[in-house]
Amino acid sequence: MSLRQIAFYGKGGIGKSTTSQNTLAALADLGQRILIVGCDPKADSTRLMLHAKAQDTILSLAAEAGSVEDLELEDVMKIGYKDIRCVESGGPEPGVGCAGRGVITSINFLEENGAYEDIDYVSYDVLGDVVCGGFAMPIRENKAQEIYIVMSGEMMAMYAANNISKGILKYANSGGVRLGGLICNERQTDKELELAENLAAKLGTSLIHFVPRDNVVQHAELRRMTVIEYAPESNQAAEYRDLAQKIHNNSGNGIIPTPITMDELEDMLMEHGIMKAVDESQVGLTAADLAV
Amino acid sequence: MSVSTPTDMAEVKERNRALIQEVLEVYPAKAAKRRAKHLNVSEEGKSDCGVKSNIKSIPGVMTIRGCAYAGSKGVVWGPIKDMIHISHGPVGCGQYSWAARRNYYIGTTGIDTFVTMQFTSDFQEKDIVFGGDKKLAKIMDEIEMLFPLNKGITVQSECPIGLIGDDIEAVSKSKSKEYGGKTIVPVRCEGFRGVSQSLGHHIANDAVRDWIFDKVGDREPTFEPSPYDVAIIGDYNIGGDAWSSRILLEEMGLRVIAQWSGDGSIAELEATPKAKLNVLHCYRSMNYISRHMEEKYGIPWVEYNFFGPSKIEESLRKIASYFDESIQENAEKVIAKYRALTDAVIAKYKPRLEGKTVMLYVGGLRPRHVIGAYEDLGMEVVGTGYEFGHNDDYQRTAQHYVKDGTLIYDDVTGYEFEKFVDKIQPDLVGSGIKEKYVFQKMGVPFRQMHSWDYSGPYHGYDGFAIFARDMDMAINSPVWSMAPTPWKAGESDTMAIAAE
Repeated sequence: MSLRQIAFYGKGGIGKSTTSQNTLAALADLGQRILIVGCDPKADSTRLMLHAKAQDTILSLAAEAGSVEDLELEDVMKIGYKDIRCVESGGPEPGVGCAGRGVITSINFLEENGAYEDIDYVSYDVLGDVVCGGFAMPIRENKAQEIYIVMSGEMMAMYAANNISKGILKYANSGGVRLGGLICNERQTDKELELAENLAAKLGTSLIHFVPRDNVVQHAELRRMTVIEYAPESNQAAEYRDLAQKIHNNSGNGIIPTPITMDELEDMLMEHGIMKAVDESQVGLTAADLAV
Repeated sequence: MSVSTPTDMAEVKERNRALIQEVLEVYPAKAAKRRAKHLNVSEEGKSDCGVKSNIKSIPGVMTIRGCAYAGSKGVVWGPIKDMIHISHGPVGCGQYSWAARRNYYIGTTGIDTFVTMQFTSDFQEKDIVFGGDKKLAKIMDEIEMLFPLNKGITVQSECPIGLIGDDIEAVSKSKSKEYGGKTIVPVRCEGFRGVSQSLGHHIANDAVRDWIFDKVGDREPTFEPSPYDVAIIGDYNIGGDAWSSRILLEEMGLRVIAQWSGDGSIAELEATPKAKLNVLHCYRSMNYISRHMEEKYGIPWVEYNFFGPSKIEESLRKIASYFDESIQENAEKVIAKYRALTDAVIAKYKPRLEGKTVMLYVGGLRPRHVIGAYEDLGMEVVGTGYEFGHNDDYQRTAQHYVKDGTLIYDDVTGYEFEKFVDKIQPDLVGSGIKEKYVFQKMGVPFRQMHSWDYSGPYHGYDGFAIFARDMDMAINSPVWSMAPTPWKAGESDTMAIAAE
């Protein structure tokens, strides 16, 4: 089987790292050999695998050693749950330097040093907002072939999902990147499943899985574990296994997304009665103003 | 003489207009439309040269321009000799601007002066990713340790600094405090800013205002002021230009309290707001700070031109007119004193250069300022243009310098310049190192008008003698008749004539 290159994108705080680690742990249970590449300066994409607060990152080790050329693969790669290989790109503290360049540096290092050999899956966990070219690297340079967007029924999460689709569309023809599907991480907003399915349809893809909200995720997180490891018999673990199986079966089903405009997105919310049709004359008026 | 020299002015203009059409034809329609605005034929009596300027170059045309970093580090700040200028960023910009522009200076290099040395933060990948502020602070410490006699530091930003948002101001301020108030000047001259080196000059001028003048504040001058204190602004002392200018001002009885920035020092920058008059040579690169000093300190400024005796006389009288009669009398004495020298130079070289035609393409002030010096030798400038001029440069050119019918080319492209020279066949081309070999291989004599071809000075009376000799040397070198182009056997006669 050829290497599956996947990436998880989505609005900041949506639960990308949690969802991706649980899903990948379930994939490992299926016997898949996995490499996780964390592309977020917070370096929290592998903590549930390693039971660690934060892994030593490629960039922090490179800065200590002098340059990235001074590093060996084993310096940066840690082995976690079920032999999942874990690396964190890392990056500067907020406010200095260029984290985007850091992502590029790290991924180049991993490729040059053979990190992608003898594995079935490589998964990139990318910072929520694709703010510059560096964070688009996994899409742009044909590193990730299938993108899974983690979203919820909240307006801004859907907005972000649509924006990420625009990014995929931009690079879909020059590289081979495709949208694998949406993963809805339940926030218990109104008509969430319906909305998620509708957005998926508009983007030309499908809602791969609807992950229900369950407090066991929180319990596992506090112990720096995935639900798969912490409570393998729980309903939530079964949900993640289901999601993992779906992703595993989704090979080659990626599509080039058809992102919609902001107006269309708002229309969609109105259609589902989430948002009332707003009289343009009321835009910008406070609740107090409107009450008069 | 040229292969075919149209004598009639109408004919010249007609030929030049046809030439412009010819070069435009090879461009794609959109590029031709844009370039057309930068090419023109000068018309007598017009207030400017009728060209657009200071506009972004078209990608792919091989512009001769530089960048904002070049304008700040290479031109304005680099020659300040007792400060250390850090090229902040990856190593290339510093490497290729190493050793400066032949801005001569007095001092012991590496001890109390540093112009020809190169200091760079040599950014590596980790500095980009994690920010270069820590490295910058470390370099400043090293500078303080290794070169304790430095009088200050400037930080010349290369492109990545602006991209990663390094806080060079914060580092400069904290290090200045740590070193007991030493002047440390952060300059935001990232190369991608603006359309040419011109914005770099402006940014560098603003940095002098904000980090030198404002720091000095109301502090009393450390020298005894006199009513005859002047500052030379915009002379970079290429090959000693500022020195051969300064002596004329001093012989007039003026006291030069500062030179900007050739052979200049931080003390001179700090003293300048106490000058009675700022005399400005390179208007393009230093008009900003001159205007600021006029507004803030009430110091008048006057443009002058020390190329060739006619313009020198005019300029000496203009400068003297700002002072009392004794200075005005002295100006006449200086003019009279040097007349014998200039007459001898003209007597020797004019017969050899009379009627020769010149095409120029330079930066700053030279596309217009040197015209007078050529004319003093009986030569004629038939084409000129600015790398990074603005409309006010073209106004000055049209109103005071070029003749009717001169071909004008703003931000000329490699192709256009080659084609123009090939068709017009001037006796001399004056431009830079990148152009030199193209034209020499065409068999056209060439002088570098940025670096004076490692000669100089060309400013002042002494400089005029060297200028005349150099132009004669280029044009009348026998080498041109010795290397006839094999496939143009019949045309070698032309070159033989030129060599006489």
